[in-house]
Amino acid sequence: MTNRLSTTFAAPRPSLVCFITAGDGDTAANLDALVEAGADVIELGMPFTDPMADGPAIQAANLRSLGAGTTTADVLRYASEFRARHPNVPLVLMGYANPMVRRGPEWFAEAAAAAGVDGVICVDIPPEEDDALGPALRVKGIAPIRLATPTTDAARLPQVLAGSEGFLYYVSVAGITGKQQAVQASIEEAVARLKQSTDLPIAVGFGVRTPEQAAAIARVADGVVVGSALVEICGEYGADAPQHLKTLTAALAEAVHKAR
Amino acid sequence: MNTHPNSFRTQPDDRGHFGQFGGRYVAETLMPLVLDLEREYRKAQADPAFAAEFDDLLEHYVGRPSPLYFAPRLTEELGGAQVWFKRDELNHTGAHKINNCIGQILLAMRMGKTRIIAETGAGQHGVATATVCARFGLPCVIYMGAEDVARQSPNVFRMKLLGAEVIPVTSGGATLKDAMNEGLRDWVANVHDTFYIIGTAAGPHPYPEMVRNFQSVIGTEARAQMLSRTGRLPDLLVACIGGGSNALGLFHPFLDDADVKMLGVEAAGHGLDGDQHAASLLGGSPGVLHGNRTYLLQDEDGQITEGHSISAGLDYPGIGPEHAWLKESGRVDYTAVTDDEALEGFQLLCRTEGIIPALEPSHAIAAVAKVAPTMPKDSIVLMNLCGRGDKDIFTVAEKLGVEL
Repeated sequence: MTNRLSTTFAAPRPSLVCFITAGDGDTAANLDALVEAGADVIELGMPFTDPMADGPAIQAANLRSLGAGTTTADVLRYASEFRARHPNVPLVLMGYANPMVRRGPEWFAEAAAAAGVDGVICVDIPPEEDDALGPALRVKGIAPIRLATPTTDAARLPQVLAGSEGFLYYVSVAGITGKQQAVQASIEEAVARLKQSTDLPIAVGFGVRTPEQAAAIARVADGVVVGSALVEICGEYGADAPQHLKTLTAALAEAVHKAR
Repeated sequence: MNTHPNSFRTQPDDRGHFGQFGGRYVAETLMPLVLDLEREYRKAQADPAFAAEFDDLLEHYVGRPSPLYFAPRLTEELGGAQVWFKRDELNHTGAHKINNCIGQILLAMRMGKTRIIAETGAGQHGVATATVCARFGLPCVIYMGAEDVARQSPNVFRMKLLGAEVIPVTSGGATLKDAMNEGLRDWVANVHDTFYIIGTAAGPHPYPEMVRNFQSVIGTEARAQMLSRTGRLPDLLVACIGGGSNALGLFHPFLDDADVKMLGVEAAGHGLDGDQHAASLLGGSPGVLHGNRTYLLQDEDGQITEGHSISAGLDYPGIGPEHAWLKESGRVDYTAVTDDEALEGFQLLCRTEGIIPALEPSHAIAAVAKVAPTMPKDSIVLMNLCGRGDKDIFTVAEKLGVEL
C-alpha cells in the first residue's frame, strides 16, 4: 500500500511536495504545470469555509474556490483525472475534518481510494480523534499523514507516530501557513530528533517560499513542502497561473533535487 | 448509551466526549496546549484556594448571588404557571458571560500566561473578557467580525475603554465564527504566552466542560434559592441557546432532578423552513468545527453556512457539544423562536415587569409566553434572564421603526 509515496521517498534525492487548493483556477492545468516542472508529490487542498490553521493566502484560495462553486465531488474528480494523466505521481488530499467526514469516513475513504489518492492530511484530526477517519483510510490503503510541530514534545511524539503512514509532515513554525519562516538551525535540530524516532520520510513545510530556503531544508529532510507561495500565484494570475507556477516550481525542484 | 446511565451529570468522559459529541479536533500545534490546559484545570479544581478566589470575586466583583425573582405581572398576564427569573442580567457587565471569564483568567494566571485573547460576536463576551483583563492587568486582544464591529459600536467602545485591542476580522463572512477562526490562528502562533478565553461551552475539550462548570454557579444558586423560597424545585427550566453556556449553567445542577423538565430555546431567525436561522440543533446536523463534534449549520458538503438571528449573541452556526448530547439523550427539549416572537417577548417583559432584557433571553421569554399558559397555576417555570437589553435598544428601535 501507498506504493507511490514510498517509491517516491525511496529515491536518493529529496522530494518537492507542492500544495495548491482544488477549484482555485484551472486545477488540471495547474497540477500539470507542477508535475511538468518537477514536483514529486502533489497535495491537493480541499476547500473549507473555516480553514483555521491557514494564513491569508490559503484562506483566500479556499474562498475563491468555494465562491466558484467547488464541491467535494469536484475535488474527487480533479483527483481521479489527475491519476489518469499521472499514474505514478503521489497525490495527497489535504484539508479539514468536516468536509471529509460529512458523509461518513467510510464514504470518504472509499471515494478517495477510487480516485487514486495515496494519502490524506486532515489538519484538525489529531491522534486523539483518529477514530473519526484513520481506520477508514487504512482499510482502503490510504496513508493517514500526520503533522508534527515545534510543540510536539518527546513525550507526545510516539502517539503522533503511531498510526502515521506515508510521510511525517513537520510543521516548522508554531503558527499558520504562509507566515514566518523557521530558523534553519531549529529545522535541522527537529528533523534530527524526529529521525531518531521514526523511519517515515520527513517532509518540512510552513513558510517555505524560495529555492534557497527549500535547498537548505532539503539538505536535512526527505521532502520540502511549498504551499502559500504557489497558492498566491494561483490568486494573482488566475487562468494564466500555469506558466508562472511552472517557473517557480522548476526553480524549487532544481534547488531541492540538487541539495545533496 | 453511556457508562453512567444513572446520571446525566458525569459527562464528558476522560477524552472530552459527550457521547459521540465533543472531543479535541484541533491542529497538532494546539494539542499539547489543550492537554496542558486540561491538566492545569484539574489541578485548579482540586485546589480549595482556586475555588475560594473564584467565589470571592463572584461575590464582591460580579455581585453574586444574583436574585431569584418571581414575576407577578407577567405570571398574571400569561395566566398559567408561576414565572420566576434568575437575574443574571444584574451581574457586573450585564450578562452571565463574566462568570466564565473570571474562572478562565484565574486559570490563565495560574498557568503563567501573560496575554489574553478572545472572540466575540455581539460584544458581550468581549466586554466581559476586557473587564477581567483590566481587573488583573493583563493585555487583551479581542477578535470581532468586521460586520459585528460595525453593528455593535457601543460594545467596541466599551472594550477599548477597558484597555482591550479590538481587531476587526474581515476573513470569511466577517462574523462570530470567523472571529473564532482568527482567535485560533492567534493562539496557534502565540502558544507560549497566550491564553484563549473561549466565551461559550464549545471548542476543544476541556473548554465545554470548564465553561459549563464556571457557569453552573447560576443553577447551583437558583436551585438553593428556589428550595429556600418555595420549598420545592421548579417544574420547567427555560434558557436561550447560542453556544449554550447560560443554559448549561442553569440546567446542569438540575440534570439529575428527574421531575424538572428543561427547555432550550434556539434562534429561529426568519423561520426554520428557510436558511435564515441560527438553530443548529433543530435545523442543523452533526459535524466537526472549532475543536468539537457537535450540531452545525452546514451544507451537504460540510461547508459551514452563516446563521441569522436578530440577536448577534445567538448568531453562531454551532452549539456546545453537551447540548447535542442532551438533545440526543432526550433529557432536554429544544425549541426555536423567531426574530418577531423574540421582539414581542422583549416588549412583554419591559411592559409587565419593568425589566429591559437582552435580545438573547427575549427568545426564552417568547418560549415561556407560549408554554406557561398551558401549565397549571401551581407549577413553576424558572427562566435564566442571562443579559440586560441596554446594548440592544438600537436594534429594537430599528425593528420597531423608531428613529433615535
